[in-house]
Amino acid sequence: MWRPFFQPYHLIIVQDGDPSKKINVPEGFDYELYNRNDINRILGPKASCISFKDSACRCFGYMVSKKKYIFTIDDDCFVAKDPSGKEINALAQHIKNLLSPSTPFFFNTLYDPYREGADFVRGYPFSLREGAPTAVSHGLWLNIPDYDAPTQLVKPSERNTRFVDAVLTIPKKTLFPMCGMNLAFNRELIGPAMYFGLMGDGQPIGRYDDMWAGWCVKVICDHLGWGVKTGLPYIWHSKASNPFVNLKKEYKGIFWQEELIPFFQAAVLPKECETVQQCYIELSKQVKEKLGGLDPYFTKLSEAMVTWIEAWDELNPSKGLANGGA
Amino acid sequence: MSPPPPPSLLSLAIHSALLNISRFSDLSSLPDPVLLELFEQKTLRAGKLTEKVLKLFMATGNDEILLFIEKNIQLIGAQRSSNYIGRVRCCCVFERECLFGPEREYKMSYTVKDGEVDIVIAALHSDLTSFMEEWRPIFSRFHIIIVKDPDLTDNLKIPSGFNVNVYTKSEIDRFVASTGAKLHFSGYSCRYFGYLMSRKKYIISVDDDCVPARDDKDLVIDAAAQHITNLSTPATPFFFNTLYDPFRPGTDFVRGYPFSLRNGVTCALSCGLWLNLADFDAPTQSLKPNARSSRYVDAVLTVPTQALLPVSGVNIAFDRDLIGPSLFPALRLAGEGKLRWETMEDIWCGMCAKVVCDHLGHGVKSGLPYVWRKEGGDAVESLRKEWEGVKLMEEVLPFFQSVRLPRSAVTAEDCVLEIAGMVKERLGSVNPMFGSAADRMLEWIRLWKAVTSESPTSKAV
Repeated sequence: MWRPFFQPYHLIIVQDGDPSKKINVPEGFDYELYNRNDINRILGPKASCISFKDSACRCFGYMVSKKKYIFTIDDDCFVAKDPSGKEINALAQHIKNLLSPSTPFFFNTLYDPYREGADFVRGYPFSLREGAPTAVSHGLWLNIPDYDAPTQLVKPSERNTRFVDAVLTIPKKTLFPMCGMNLAFNRELIGPAMYFGLMGDGQPIGRYDDMWAGWCVKVICDHLGWGVKTGLPYIWHSKASNPFVNLKKEYKGIFWQEELIPFFQAAVLPKECETVQQCYIELSKQVKEKLGGLDPYFTKLSEAMVTWIEAWDELNPSKGLANGGA
Repeated sequence: MSPPPPPSLLSLAIHSALLNISRFSDLSSLPDPVLLELFEQKTLRAGKLTEKVLKLFMATGNDEILLFIEKNIQLIGAQRSSNYIGRVRCCCVFERECLFGPEREYKMSYTVKDGEVDIVIAALHSDLTSFMEEWRPIFSRFHIIIVKDPDLTDNLKIPSGFNVNVYTKSEIDRFVASTGAKLHFSGYSCRYFGYLMSRKKYIISVDDDCVPARDDKDLVIDAAAQHITNLSTPATPFFFNTLYDPFRPGTDFVRGYPFSLRNGVTCALSCGLWLNLADFDAPTQSLKPNARSSRYVDAVLTVPTQALLPVSGVNIAFDRDLIGPSLFPALRLAGEGKLRWETMEDIWCGMCAKVVCDHLGHGVKSGLPYVWRKEGGDAVESLRKEWEGVKLMEEVLPFFQSVRLPRSAVTAEDCVLEIAGMVKERLGSVNPMFGSAADRMLEWIRLWKAVTSESPTSKAV
């Protein structure tokens, strides 16, 4: 279904679970396929930071990619239609979002001022109208909404049918729940911060991979002066996962997020942190110090965050890219 | 052992009241001993104290209850006057003690009665016939305040069949004379006179060159109903919900949204949008003379805390009790005129209102409803007359971003007074317009206090 939209592009497929199972990829795609054996071979002991039996393993794909932009999508997400019935080219919209500036410093009431048919409203300072580089484009979903397990249990038949024709920048210092179902980002800018954490097999938590990455990414983007957009494009989310299974995975997360949000909201990165890697290592220290007491998991996670950066730098030797450069 | 005595009628009644506590709108007729038992013995112990229920008990004016609340319940941003009900910020993750249970016991929206709303219209055009007729299906159920721009010489033409109070130059002059008010109520700023005269809890204000718009299904938009919905459902400023307003039917909080923040806070300001002529500044409109706003974005969202925005007075509604003091005619451009892009007064007080809301823990929403803004004015002409205004924002935004209000500022009035002091100190030397704005802000608070203490907000009819 995605062929007309994806075929021109290079695909990276990260196969989770049993590496001996064969994945069928249709003809005509230019792709690389990595299974657990490949991950272990390429990263060696550092492979410990890549989750097993959880979609969080996809971040391995971000690490091995050699491209500037990444688009990641869940395997139960399909092409949606806009209110006129036309199929939405999600990839094209993400590219538009990433190539045009963001406006994190002052809220524009007409949403993305760079879209045709919109502009900056009266009162918007001219000095801010060039905007900031866009690091992340967070798309949305029609049909099955991205609810947590308790909400799913209470509202099993709620469907998202409202098409909101807007892209907007999430203001600086505002955190948000980043969903990895329909996500694109500038890998050269923010790639190292897109670590999806330790989830799944052997871990006490699941379904918080994208949330964790989103909070880290937003804190770092705010620090480095980059923007995060949310809104269009929509994809069609077809499968509602089992809410009882979800509840088991998220259970700890629901309590932990009460502490995690204040932690990220209060996180301050020192001026000396000028690259994403430096910011991320600094964050990992703060995670260890301030969240280690919440649960030993966070100490393990902070160490995995460091391993991730080491692995990233090993696979992506620096070309001397300065902060904001690309 | 003898069987326990049957419950008394009184205890049954109190128990029944407890079960239905969220449905009451007025407890003041209850005898004091009953009220006390309902409050301390029953409601508190049953964990049924929510924001609305607390309001109910405080409204009875019972001294013992008020004293208990003062001693034992932490009120954030509370305001005490004989009529005003204390505002309490719901359980917030930043406050380690949970004030209320995470249950959303009341259905999260408060039913606003028509009698609690004033429509305030600044008449910059004398013939309001077509304006009023277009809005009749939507406005006629409300009380309307029309304030005629004192600079308008022609008589106002208003069709019959409305419950309307009109204020003209003579009323404004009389007020100014009797209070010694040093404020300008001319041009767009005449609407603030209407805010001052209003005795309602909610105000909805649209420019007189706007008419009802149609949505993406070609249905006429009831802008008043949408503003009322925005103001009577909670706002969510502490964390961004990617599905926008979670209280709209058909949507909710997304995965990853902390449960402790799902009660939201009271929305104090609702900023609507415009189709056709957008609210651009003169330079933008002159560069794109044919640019029209035609995209209907079906969303309301809370503008996050600490994020500032340019509040347009073209289509706005607010909770007068909560933030009436922070919407005022203070910043006047030297060449201020009778077209929106020749003014900044709404942008200025809107920034102030957002800072006040952030400090007091109230929400600000932006998005629906849309109104249709009619064509008018020559942007290039306006640019020739007044273009300084746009440059002022370069100072205004960093200033408001740096404002830190003290914890002792617990009312909107307190906050505005503090901000006025900071404006004088930090911006007064940058441009004399700011110094005058600060003076007018102080003057506004003086008048607001005088007017509201004389005749507080009337109870809904």
